[in-house]
Amino acid sequence: MKFALTWLKDYLETDATVAEICDGLNAIGIEVEGVEDPADKLAGFRIAHVLTAARHPDADKLQVLTVDTGDGNPLQVVCGAPNARAGMKGVLGLPGAVVPANGMVLRKSAIRGVESNGMMCSTRELELGEDHDGIIELPDDAPVGTSFADYHGADPVIEVAVTPNRPDCMGVYGIARDLAAKGLGTLKPIAVPAFEAFDPCPVEIRTDDTEGCPAFYGRVIKGVTNGPSPDWLQARLKSAGQRPISLLVDLTNYLMLGFGRPAHVYDLAKLSGAVVARRAKDGEEVLALNEKTYTLDAEMTVIADEVQVHDIAGIMGGEHSGVSESTTDVLLEIAYFDPARIGATGRRLGLSSDARTRFERGVDPEFLDDGLDLLTGLIVELAGGQPSEVVRAGSPPPGGTKILDVNLSEITRRLAGLDIDDVEQVRILESLGFMARTGNDRNVWEVHVPARRHDIEGPADLVEEVVRIHGLDKVASVALPRAEGVARPTATPQQKLERGLRRAAAASGLNEAVTWSFLPEWAAEHFADEGQALWVLANPISEDLKAMRPSLLPGLLMAAKRNANRGAASSRLFEIGRRYFRSNDGLSDEKPTLGIVLAGEKTQRGWQAGKAKPFDAYDAKALALELLEAAGAPVQNLMVMREAGAQFHPGQSATLRLGPKVVLARFGMVHPATLKAFDVDGPIAAVELFLDAIPAKKGAAFARSGFTPPALQAVTRDFAFLVPATLAAGDLVRAVQGADKAVITGVRVFDVFAGAGVPEGHKSIAVEVTLQPGEASFKDAELKALAEKIVAAAAKLGAELRG
Amino acid sequence: MTELDTQTQAALAAIADAASLEALEEQRLAALGKKGWVSLALKTLGGMSPDERTAAAPAIQSARAAIADALDAKKAALEAAELEAQLARETIDLTLPAAAAPKGSVHPVSQVMDELAEIFADLGFAVATGPEIEDDWHNFTALNMDETHPARAMHDTFYFPDKTGEGREILLRTHTSPVQIRSMLDQGAPIRIIAPGRVYRSDSDATHTPMFHQVEGLVIDKDIHLGHLKWTLETFFKAFFEREDIVLRLRPSYFPFTEPSVEVDVGYSTEGGRRVVGGHGDAPGHAWMEIGGSGMVNDRVLEFAGLDPAASQGFAFGLGIDRIAMLKYGMNDLRAFFDGDPRWLKHYGFSPFDQPTLSAGVGAKA
Repeated sequence: MKFALTWLKDYLETDATVAEICDGLNAIGIEVEGVEDPADKLAGFRIAHVLTAARHPDADKLQVLTVDTGDGNPLQVVCGAPNARAGMKGVLGLPGAVVPANGMVLRKSAIRGVESNGMMCSTRELELGEDHDGIIELPDDAPVGTSFADYHGADPVIEVAVTPNRPDCMGVYGIARDLAAKGLGTLKPIAVPAFEAFDPCPVEIRTDDTEGCPAFYGRVIKGVTNGPSPDWLQARLKSAGQRPISLLVDLTNYLMLGFGRPAHVYDLAKLSGAVVARRAKDGEEVLALNEKTYTLDAEMTVIADEVQVHDIAGIMGGEHSGVSESTTDVLLEIAYFDPARIGATGRRLGLSSDARTRFERGVDPEFLDDGLDLLTGLIVELAGGQPSEVVRAGSPPPGGTKILDVNLSEITRRLAGLDIDDVEQVRILESLGFMARTGNDRNVWEVHVPARRHDIEGPADLVEEVVRIHGLDKVASVALPRAEGVARPTATPQQKLERGLRRAAAASGLNEAVTWSFLPEWAAEHFADEGQALWVLANPISEDLKAMRPSLLPGLLMAAKRNANRGAASSRLFEIGRRYFRSNDGLSDEKPTLGIVLAGEKTQRGWQAGKAKPFDAYDAKALALELLEAAGAPVQNLMVMREAGAQFHPGQSATLRLGPKVVLARFGMVHPATLKAFDVDGPIAAVELFLDAIPAKKGAAFARSGFTPPALQAVTRDFAFLVPATLAAGDLVRAVQGADKAVITGVRVFDVFAGAGVPEGHKSIAVEVTLQPGEASFKDAELKALAEKIVAAAAKLGAELRG
Repeated sequence: MTELDTQTQAALAAIADAASLEALEEQRLAALGKKGWVSLALKTLGGMSPDERTAAAPAIQSARAAIADALDAKKAALEAAELEAQLARETIDLTLPAAAAPKGSVHPVSQVMDELAEIFADLGFAVATGPEIEDDWHNFTALNMDETHPARAMHDTFYFPDKTGEGREILLRTHTSPVQIRSMLDQGAPIRIIAPGRVYRSDSDATHTPMFHQVEGLVIDKDIHLGHLKWTLETFFKAFFEREDIVLRLRPSYFPFTEPSVEVDVGYSTEGGRRVVGGHGDAPGHAWMEIGGSGMVNDRVLEFAGLDPAASQGFAFGLGIDRIAMLKYGMNDLRAFFDGDPRWLKHYGFSPFDQPTLSAGVGAKA
């Protein structure tokens, strides 16, 4: 909301400067968003007296003036204005001044060979009007040498943000009231021009929708003359950013912007029969003043006559009965509309207006009669006409009903930590229009809330009123009570897990990314489980940010693609965040997840390494295991199984499971079809860790178990097996391990080979088996028996010891 | 000079001249080998009488010792020379580049969340979380924004077409404040939590992204007031920016969920085109910037959250994590936070070993 300082001073008697007023506004919670001071634009422009005017020697249309700027040293100025003449007074821009209309910086110059020390300005050049036929002519008594800004009475415009709880400040008068309470002046009473009402109102007014429109007051004025508004009114509306339209319209806007009170003026000639507030009929239409047609429904309140709808109640008037230059008789409407219904109607129609903003937040229910009289008085004063008496249908919610019994000093101390004596608290409240008195208990005040303050509901609201006027800067810092000793740990196991994993992943050379939680729907679908119902926004900001991610990989793949397009050789990205599912009750089930995408070159070409190498599935496996271990998962017990998902290469991906059901992670190469869908070059390896599936460590203590290294050194034996090509090395390892669980403490594959010397359909797997003796060293016979057990165990899988 | 002396001198000279271990071995065999002349000389002692032996032995023994010592010394010298030559052959060009392990990084948002957790842990705050896909009761109604509340419209909410079993609208949380409600419902009073996390608003321009990060703070106890709020935020910002000259300005404002409501400004100056937090906003060269919203928790919110406003009261605040990260670490483009560009992540990201701790200072310097 914007208003000129002069407008504020219409209502507030004050000597405060603009800066003081702005500080005051900020201090009381009416945030100043900007101050536009026209004086700033007029710096360097002075009142000048033209002493002589003579023809320019080399130009017919130019004159050479000598002008007095009050310092006794007349300046020579070249001027092209036809009205420039000796003896007149005008406005001179001195070198260095900036012409407001075009931003030109004035300089001392020569015009057609004649020196010019400034510029005599037109109204348009100073952005004070449209006139550009000649230079400004000031009255003879204009003080030569004075800054033109001071003489002209430049009027600063203050722009404020009024919070939605303060509709009473959505008029300049309300702001003046708050400033007066802050001690920045005295609030003037509202001046209602006197008028005499004749005859009862000739138009029947009714409200058939007492819920949506509890009160509808009206009055007819006959014989008005509509036309342009006087300058003072136009200036005020312009300062508020409103375009002056016509006197009658401008006056309703003045009432709204000055007093927060929307009203409407109908051209009586366009109305037929009774004017009624009622619900619209479904499908009923109205052409509104913004020249758009709106289709209404039965939840919306309208003002209509016997023929048609004339007003979307409290939001926007209709074009048909709007006033024009030829209007002579008018009906004034001032009403109280239900805020909730106004809001709902406005939202449904997608229609905003200054009136809606005010009605939706709640106008002053006690300012119907006074508002109508003020509007009537102004119209009669400025547009003439004979007003009728008021006609009232219904009544607004009664004021004076909200009374709070409050121990002011106690509650202010309790909530704000401030000791403010009752006298000051009551002064503040009364200056804001509250009324307070004590009863038997001198500490408890009965506070009557003015009807316009819809926001005041309880004692805390009164504290806010007192504190914001008293000064929030007076609140002193008070330390929070602190538990004795060193601060206790607060992180949950899940939080510790995520923090540890994040740093483990970064320590493994991965860069942590944060990508959008929402994806294009196709990308989310691509990664959705079979039959998974995605969370898809009803009102996405774009198609690219529409469906909540069921996996962290698509967002990382898209990032990898962007990086490749920017020429990055590789992307090693991880993210810790949520995947979004639905629980059985249909609510959100958000699963903490770690995703990794490895794209581009694993190693650059190099003098040692040779060609650049891409990432492979074992890189993904290594990271998956390393991070699962960092997360405290029992990595020794995990099973490597298939079914990583359709987005993965079916032969180069796997899941890591704790038991056959609990999937802790999936990893592998991304499926070529997925790469194609995401339009990104492969090969790309990916990992997803499902953090919610990782079992929490139970009963861990600080003390580790005792350190008991074996007394005797372990021995190793190598075995090379010929196995079917389809046998998984892991199965062989598990079988070998199982040959003697007590003695075999390690089985490590050190060679896998197929080709020359290995029969078709087979491969050779060589393992190094670590055997740990217990009390005594192995005897040859024991080692032989162990080797036989190992070979026998492997043979069950079709493995044959190679000779 | 005896013949023995002459032979010994000759042998020692030959040993000194040996150019290789092989040549040296020849000399050893010639002197000390089974058929070497020293060995043969020693054998002659066996055929002598004791007196003769006593007279002849010392000279032979001494010749043997001299030659053996010379052989050992020469062998060591030859081996050393050979090793030196071998090492010289093994010289490599160490100006060639070594293979470098890739360096990972922690995202600034995560780093700042860890910093928040660390600082607030010292003040006794736990970290709470809640769902991002929320219902309108937790996101609005329980925060004193009923269906018709104009502030709801100001939130630019993302909605899902779905409804909960109770018929509540399902939406993306517009702020972290619903975590207040859930935490109070779960654990009652007293309570001290921060709740960092993702929030969503249908807003996108140079300084707004549809997803961003907020941290909520909530303290509920018996006698917590605005003075505690001011101290808590001051203390936090001093610890976070590691500066003692943090000055906050509280301005009255309006949030439906707090009463009184307070906007928090922090004083800053501009140095080299960057905002630097610190100093009084009214001091020369300084100004104020809005940094968060806060206030005393509205009685209605306490009631919605199952608490008795007569017995419990406290404050809540909300800060933009991305914003304070930018202020501290100098990023100027919010959109880049969510791009996943490794160049940006390496430039603004943190080493995994920059774990915020109170003893080392929670911040990590560039």
